[in-house]
Parts: sequence; structure tokens; C-alpha cells
Amino acid sequence: MARSTVIAGSSTAALDDVAPRVGRPQRARRTTSPSRRWYIGSIALAATIALWFVATAAGWVTGGRFPTPSDVWRAAMQISTDGGYGGGTLLQHIWQSCRLVLLGFAVAVATGVPLGLLMGSSRRADALVSPVFMLLRPIPPLAWIPLAILWLGLGDAAKIFVIWVAAFVPSVINTFTGVRSVDVTLQEAARVHGASRAVLLRDVMIPGALPMIFTGLRLSLQASWTTLVAAELVGAFTGLGKVLSVATLDIYPGMILFAMVWVGVLGALMTKSLAWLETRLLPWLR
Amino acid sequence: MAAVIASRRARHGPSRREFVVLFVTGLLAFFAAWQALSMIGIVPRSFLPGPIDVLQTIVRLSYEKYSGDTLWRHLLASIGRFGMGFLLAAAVGIPLGLLMGWYRWLDDVVSPFFESLRFVAPIAWVPFAGLWFGTGIGGPILVIFSGAFPPCLINAYRGAKYVDRRLVEAAQTLGASGPRMVTDVLLPASLPSIVAGLRVGAGLGWQSLVGAELIVVASGVGYLMVQAQLNLNTPTVMAGMIAIGLVGVAIDLALRALENRINQNWGRES
Repeated sequence: MARSTVIAGSSTAALDDVAPRVGRPQRARRTTSPSRRWYIGSIALAATIALWFVATAAGWVTGGRFPTPSDVWRAAMQISTDGGYGGGTLLQHIWQSCRLVLLGFAVAVATGVPLGLLMGSSRRADALVSPVFMLLRPIPPLAWIPLAILWLGLGDAAKIFVIWVAAFVPSVINTFTGVRSVDVTLQEAARVHGASRAVLLRDVMIPGALPMIFTGLRLSLQASWTTLVAAELVGAFTGLGKVLSVATLDIYPGMILFAMVWVGVLGALMTKSLAWLETRLLPWLR
Repeated sequence: MAAVIASRRARHGPSRREFVVLFVTGLLAFFAAWQALSMIGIVPRSFLPGPIDVLQTIVRLSYEKYSGDTLWRHLLASIGRFGMGFLLAAAVGIPLGLLMGWYRWLDDVVSPFFESLRFVAPIAWVPFAGLWFGTGIGGPILVIFSGAFPPCLINAYRGAKYVDRRLVEAAQTLGASGPRMVTDVLLPASLPSIVAGLRVGAGLGWQSLVGAELIVVASGVGYLMVQAQLNLNTPTVMAGMIAIGLVGVAIDLALRALENRINQNWGRES
């Protein structure tokens, strides 16, 4: 159950801490085979897309409020070719957004996980640090954006700072919870056999906490992505959020939809790659 | 972080008294460092106002108008929007989740859309929100909805899926129809799960609202903060952050109380 543990009261809680898998629970009354599910799913999606074309042909979708398929195609062509849109080509925007997310995420993990380990293994450190945490945690990461812009301007530094704020909290809390939930018998067994603090941490605490740490990383990554898109919408030079904000100003629904699809695709890709990494690094949980 | 406080009753580690001392030390150190940083002048005071400055700003903003209104009126506007978007998300998400838990065809049809949409960050709906609703009330509601809807739906769905088989079979034996099954068996049995989803949804919705207000609307705390940022008014930005944090905590506490009530009355003993 470690994968689905809900971190109570987390304001940064993402979807996945409510439902780690929307797949069938084991006690489902009626089971659906995955292939049937996939089948119906693709038919439903295809039907919607067909409906979109039909609605356009019938004149219900005119492109003013919602783009027509040809609008989206035009937007895709425009942004993918030399001139680009909103200050760069699609690849440049994607590269910029992914680079910032990974940088901010890396900084958050590099600071958050060690702090979580420290707070989890030393109750004194926990007592000292947790009040600051309790004060700052209710402030949503998105609310830091104006402050970050004031302090650091519109460049990369402000984005990385905001992503750090967003991703830091889930890393710390889940690592902390993971360390605290390591079986006490295991800890005491290790101690009885003469493990030093360092050995205990390396061989017992960290492996025991890893599943929770990964839950934290997943939440962190999702928070990073949401926050970055928001920060780029508020102000940026390149990036997918910048594309969205320029397209909004230009009233260009085709480009908005195209950029939104990319936001979704990249978000899904990141989550999936982290899940893949988790199964590679923690084979015993599979 | 109630868990942190609860976990101090451990066998190893500091006594209760030492814990309290350390806790207070941490708290004071934070404020002292903040105040000191802004007073020494390593960073200009306009960049990092101290806690006292921010407190004064909050007091001043509660009677003096900034970007059109006082802080409390802005806050009230935000809460009103949040309430509407959140209620809409609950009103659509919970019934849909329950029905999906019972009717398999609905589940099969809705799931692919849900699965493909949930990776789009709520905040990415802001452009369409602006396009469809202008600066009207609909835009922020759409964004809050897209933040709060998924947890409402998923938890209702999971609650309905995990209902005790015996209850379902008993109801079936007694001849319950599909709609009655949903309202009389699945709904009460999944209440604890639904309330947990409401709480997560409220957190995400409030957060999304703040994001939406930074971009599309012309009132609310988010708007106040953007105006303050454009005017390089750091204390007001910080005052806005604190106000948002406090309301977030209040919403969470209210739903937590509801959750406790529900769990007492409806929680499963297993």
C-alpha cells in the first residue's frame, strides 16, 4: 500500500496520491480484460475525433471559440517550421520547458530527500525544522510566482526557484514518512548487530524508505510541471507556457489546443518515465 | 504536519519538553533570521520586507484599498469563485464516479477521456478559460473545476468499486435496481472515500484558483498580488501569500472536520 499512501493535508497533493492506478481493483465485481478496455477506449476517442470533424463540416465549430482540425494543423505547421511561434520553434519551447523542470526537480530532490532523511532519523532535527515547514507549507507554490518574479526577474532563475518550492515539500514529507515507517524491529536488529548510524541509514533506512521516496518524487515531478506551466504563463521568454500565453493574446485557439496537448503529453511522459525508473530500481516491489 | 507532533511519543529521542523547546527555537529562529536579513540590508528592504513590515501591510490593507479593493474584499471574491467551482466539481464528479463504479459501459467510455485529460495541468486551461469567458466568472470556475474534479471523481469511483461485496449481493437479492443500488448502497458505503477526495480536490482547486487569478481576472487575491508585483510592492505580495495560505488552511480544517464526522458515522469497521 505504500504506493498509494495519501499524505494527509498535502496542499500539493496530486491526482496520483488519491488513485495510484485507475485500473481494476482486485475485488472488482466484474472484471474487464485489458484488451477489451483498450478497445472500447480507442473507439470512444476515435468517435470523439470523428465527431469533431463532423461538427466542423456541419458548421457548428467555426474556429472562433474552439479550433477546427485544420486550425490545429495550421498551428502545428507554423510552430514546427523555421519561424516558430512565440519566440521559438516547438522543439525550442519543449527543450526549454523540460530543461527547467528537470533542473528545478533535481535541485528539489537533492535538497528535499536529504532533509527528509535527516528529519526522519533525528527527532531533534524534526522538532527544529518542522515549525518552519508548517508555516510555509499552506502557501500554494503558484502563489510564490509573483514573489519569484520580483526577486529574480523573468529568467530561468525565477522558474527554478518556483519549481523548487513546489517540488521540495512532497520530497521532504514523503521521505520523512518513509523513514518513519521503516519497521522498528529491523532497525533494532541492525543496531543489536552493531550497525553504526551511517550503516543503519545506508542499509536499513534508505532502502526501507525508497518506495515512499519514489511516491514523493512522483508528486514532486507533477507539481514541478504544473508550476512551470503556470510560471511561464505569467511571464517567460520561451517555453510551452509562453506559447499558451502568446496564443491567448493572439486569440489563436488552434495554437492553444496544440500547446495544451503537448503539456499533457510531456506531463504523461515524465510520469511514465519515473514509474519505469521505479520498477527498474525497486524490482522487489513489482 | 500533525504527524510530526504525534510521532514525538517515540521510545528514542528527546523528551517532550526538549521537543517543545526545539520547536519554539526553530520557530523563533525563522522569524529572527527573516527580520535580521531585512534589517541588516544584505538584501534591500524593498526586496525582502521583514515580518513586522508584512504584518503592518496586512493591517493597512484591511482598510485601505489596493488595486480596487481591500484585502478582505479581494479574499472574499476569491473564496466565492472557489466555492462555485468546487461545488460544481463535486456535483459532477461524485455522481459520475459512483455511476462509473456501477455501470461498466460508462466506465469504459469515460475512462479514456479522463485518463488523457488528467495529465493536462489545470493551469493550462487558463487560455481557453480566457477565450471562452473573458474576464467573467466562468473562466476561474473552469480552472478550479479542472483542479478539483479529478480527485472527486476518482475517490467516488474507488469508493464504489471497493464496496463490500456482501452488501451489494444482499441488495441484489432483495431486488434493488441499478439507480437504487447507486443511491442506497454505493453512495453511503463510499462516503468516507468521497470526503477524502473532496479534501484533496479542495486543496488542488484552491491552488488552481490562485494560478487562474494571477492571469485572467480583475479581482481576487491573485490579482492583488500581480498588481503589487508590477508595482514592485513586495510587502503586499507577501501579505497576499499569507492570506492565501490562511484561507487554504481554513478550507482544509473545515473539510477535515467533515471527514472526521463522516468517518465516525459511516466508517467501515474492517
